[in-house]
Amino acid sequence: MISLTVTNREGETRDIEVAEGLSLMETLRNAGFDEIEALCGGGCACATCHVYVEGDAAAALEPLSPDEDDLLDAADARDSRSRLSCQIHCEPSMSGLHVTIAPEA
Amino acid sequence: MASSSAYDVVIVGAGHAGAQTAIALRQQKFEGSIALIGAEDEPPYERPPLSKDYFLGEKTFDRLLIRPDAFWGEREVALRLGRTVTGIDVGARSVQLDDGSSIDYGDLVWAAGARTRRLTCEGGDLSGVHYVRSRSDVDRLLADLPTASRAAVIGGGYIGLEAAAGLRKFGLEVTVFEASERPLARVAGPTISRFFKAAHERRGVKVVTETTIEALEGSEGRVRAVRAGGILFPVDIVIVGIGVTPEVEVLAEAGATIENGICIDAFGATSLPHVYAAGDCASHVSRFANGARVRLESVPNANDLAATVVASIMGAPRPHEATPWFWSNQFDLRLQTVGLFGGYDREVVRGNPDTEAFSVVYLREGRVIALDCVNAVKDYVQGRKLLESGALLDVARLADASTPLKDLAAPS
Repeated sequence: MISLTVTNREGETRDIEVAEGLSLMETLRNAGFDEIEALCGGGCACATCHVYVEGDAAAALEPLSPDEDDLLDAADARDSRSRLSCQIHCEPSMSGLHVTIAPEA
Repeated sequence: MASSSAYDVVIVGAGHAGAQTAIALRQQKFEGSIALIGAEDEPPYERPPLSKDYFLGEKTFDRLLIRPDAFWGEREVALRLGRTVTGIDVGARSVQLDDGSSIDYGDLVWAAGARTRRLTCEGGDLSGVHYVRSRSDVDRLLADLPTASRAAVIGGGYIGLEAAAGLRKFGLEVTVFEASERPLARVAGPTISRFFKAAHERRGVKVVTETTIEALEGSEGRVRAVRAGGILFPVDIVIVGIGVTPEVEVLAEAGATIENGICIDAFGATSLPHVYAAGDCASHVSRFANGARVRLESVPNANDLAATVVASIMGAPRPHEATPWFWSNQFDLRLQTVGLFGGYDREVVRGNPDTEAFSVVYLREGRVIALDCVNAVKDYVQGRKLLESGALLDVARLADASTPLKDLAAPS
């Protein structure tokens, strides 16, 4: 299992244990973080699954693709921690990642 | 004795609009009771992958669920699946279901979506003729694929072209039949149509335009050929994507105003008291259509209208003004579109379509009203901002793809 710490838009933080295999977007949605809209269903076609990633595990993530990078520019609240959660695949090296749901676009 | 029950909010339709209405109500701490009635047996699931990832076997059905099964119980949303609403008593605030039961509502949200237009020509009811709207449609199609080698796709819209791309990946010979002079005619300008026709042809799809289907011919109850333009095309399966009809009849009978869908006002309300509508079945006046009434068939529109309806139910109404957008994936081509192209007076192409990465900007009186971007995410993101700003453009520089769209707002 992979341990993640997740902070929602109301600032509430909880730890979740997740399985490998799904995207971070699907994992967050399945864990009850209803703020993740993910309108395009994870196809990297919108920016409605925007999160911030922090912690040592953030550095180990696959880097952003050019498309993800461009799409994130649609988010007003983009900063250096920004990712589209549909583009992050859950794997053991992510354990310890701190994920914050970004404000609504 | 028919059973009856009562909920503060009854949502009819468990597609994207209906599901999002329930999700957003709970997210905003709505404390009343909610029932969600769906015609299909599955809990709410995403429809776009039906013609893409699910069709191609890249995603299993459980990954299409809008929320995991347990969610609805945890959020106290009562699911009534496999049921349709057959009547509404607006005075008594009650809906009748096809099993004879009735449900009383405080507020009703009609999100019943749309049904596929069926092929009405001779042979349209043969086996091997498929539609792509529901999971069961696609499961039937998938079951038919292993024995098929030649496919006809009837209708050159998004669904038809996505299906054609999928069928090619399965190795079938594919011919797309489009009645009008170009594919995607209803949703895009001629440059995009030309591009997608050529791109499909490069990938082995035949695209036949200005050709209507005269009949499907079969033997032993199964389709064997398509007759079009006097020519017989042998086929093993047919996929029909000729559009949808909004589900309005029950509301029309209850007296709701209907005009290309159920008319809603800027706050999601129909002409009937305590009845809202959202999604593919609803039409609204849009500033993105120069004030015309539009009915949009897309997930973003379903979600945005659901948000408008929820705001009204929560007693904090705000007018609907979401920017329309859409996407379509065909082969390795990703089309992203924003705005509504109807009524444009000029289209400007940025980049060379032959490179398969370019965009088309639709203008009206010097302002951007829509963009179609193919493998051009930067233009999509920046163009959307230009569109939303309503700024006058430096049109002369627009065609220069090396100038970012964000630099093109003309000095005011």
